[in-house]
Amino acid sequence: MTTLSERLQSLHARIPERVAVYLQHSGKPDLPIAYRQLMCGANAYALTYQREGIRAGEVVILILQHGEDLIYSFWGAILHGAIPSIMPFLTEKLSPERYRADLSALISVTKPAAVVTYPEFENDVREALKGSDSVRSVIVTNKLASQSDPDFENISGMRRLPNDIVLLQHSSGTTGLQKGVALSHQAVFNQLDAYSRALNLDDNDVIVSWLPLYHDMGLIAGFLMPILSGVPLVLSSPFDWVRAPYRLLQSVSEYKGTLSWLPNFAYNFCAQKIRDRSLEGVDLSSWRAVINCSEPVRWESHQAFYERFKSYGLKLNALQTSYAMAENVFGVTQSDLSRPPQVEEIDREAFMSERVARLALDDRPAMKMMSSGKPLSNTRVRVLDEHGKGVAQRVIGELALQSDCMLTGYYNRADATKKAFLGGWYLTGDFGYVSNGEVFVTGRKKDMIIVGGKNIYPQDLESLTYEVPGVHAGRSVAFGIFDEAAGTEDVVIIAEVDSEDPAQQEEIAEAIRRHVTKNSAIALRYVKVVGPKWILKTSSGKIARSANKEKFLKELDAENK
Amino acid sequence: MHEIQTTIGEYISSSVLKQPKRQIRFDEPLISSGLVDSFSLVDLALFIEDKFGVHLDDTELNAQTFDTLDQLANLIQSRQSK
Repeated sequence: MTTLSERLQSLHARIPERVAVYLQHSGKPDLPIAYRQLMCGANAYALTYQREGIRAGEVVILILQHGEDLIYSFWGAILHGAIPSIMPFLTEKLSPERYRADLSALISVTKPAAVVTYPEFENDVREALKGSDSVRSVIVTNKLASQSDPDFENISGMRRLPNDIVLLQHSSGTTGLQKGVALSHQAVFNQLDAYSRALNLDDNDVIVSWLPLYHDMGLIAGFLMPILSGVPLVLSSPFDWVRAPYRLLQSVSEYKGTLSWLPNFAYNFCAQKIRDRSLEGVDLSSWRAVINCSEPVRWESHQAFYERFKSYGLKLNALQTSYAMAENVFGVTQSDLSRPPQVEEIDREAFMSERVARLALDDRPAMKMMSSGKPLSNTRVRVLDEHGKGVAQRVIGELALQSDCMLTGYYNRADATKKAFLGGWYLTGDFGYVSNGEVFVTGRKKDMIIVGGKNIYPQDLESLTYEVPGVHAGRSVAFGIFDEAAGTEDVVIIAEVDSEDPAQQEEIAEAIRRHVTKNSAIALRYVKVVGPKWILKTSSGKIARSANKEKFLKELDAENK
Repeated sequence: MHEIQTTIGEYISSSVLKQPKRQIRFDEPLISSGLVDSFSLVDLALFIEDKFGVHLDDTELNAQTFDTLDQLANLIQSRQSK
């Protein structure tokens, strides 16, 4: 039994000069941060939290961009025994008003004692705090205590217990921000132990990541695991990666990177948007696993990535998969790194109508499924029918799990926590099947849209659509449709209006595009404005998203013919 | 006149927005408005390189460097004349 602070103390004592993080910024030289420096920077924050009267066990919200301050403020909270939670930073396309509203939503549930941000952003934060009384201090990055080695004997983080909450993780959007996943020290270590074993993680590994730290894949696989394991981390940001995807490959080559995690779309993105001249001299032979996680995994995406980069030393075995979620800290399953993930073809009709994944016979229409691997040694996965009863192998049902690394609960949301479990099993909301111990994820029970690894609640987009003049409440539907070329989902919004005039409908469509993007930072691929009675509703008057999606796809098909 | 703006505007309408009929004004914000999302910026830069022989660095793919077709055309012309 141990805590994160105790682990930091031992790393600080054992390998003070080893580099923990190579911090990358486009256009600047990489910044190596050794463990000793990491602890000094973190201690400046720990002392600042203490100065501001923040107590152990209180929540601190971090509103910072990729950089040293984000890293130090996080580990500083750990040293102090406070509970850090990273909130995505404002992007230029999101309206500041909406950002403040999201922040207020987060604060009203999470009740943090402090918020850390940049001086330029202090006023926006204070504006969002109006009407809440939990936040006693807004800490700005230019008014910190000075850096010094932590006095491990006396810092309050050393008095935390293994079952205390160590951090909160949120997913994005107004809905996601109101459900913070609370994790204990013990849960984090149980996950890291089991997951590291599945990876055979050791001292020779180097993790290369551009994933955001406000998401479980970035926070756990691309931040906590390497730092707490003494494995060097090369850390860039999604902002830089999306503008220069080739830099991921150059970094793997330069630092002899061994492990990376990517959402499915990133395989397509890299395969399509990197030119040969950016790859001169690049050698990917050190990469032993590039793990596809956080979006439905597609064999076609692996294939495209492999074909594009195999001449640069990429091994076929390096392409791997995992199924993960914040509620289990991170990994639920991991494919076997010694061979490519299992791929099989199942009968399309049996899948659709019988909900069974039967291997396809030669002449039958089939669909390709790629396994996400087997459950970690500490995690059990079951497949349940709609009554919560276990089903046979290859029958599709809801995936449920049990482990010794589950969330403590949704923070301050006993109601949501209770609803998430059934008879001691956590209900994932994902559909899938199991065959010979391999877990195949086939879709989602919840209407969640996943774009580029980011979870989006359709109801958030629908509420925004109702705010556009000409659209009535209850007469919009949002959903995702799979985009083969991009390897991820495209967002579709349909809105019903009174007018049948195409010009006027076009105007409203444009207004919806602007308003929704400005307020959700999500780009919409299709906005369809339709006349009265287009949208299908259930007998109880609720909008049936899947039925409307089918209707939309049929019309789209007809238009393209 | 305005050939660069028109060419890039048509590219954005057809390839990025997938609405070929959509007209983009030369002074319409592209990046800050979210019209061109970050996933499409690399494509835009590669298109400009192929079409006009001008390289945009990844550190320049932001609204501070250019946000409209007019600004983009100026940037391209200033580099072409060098």
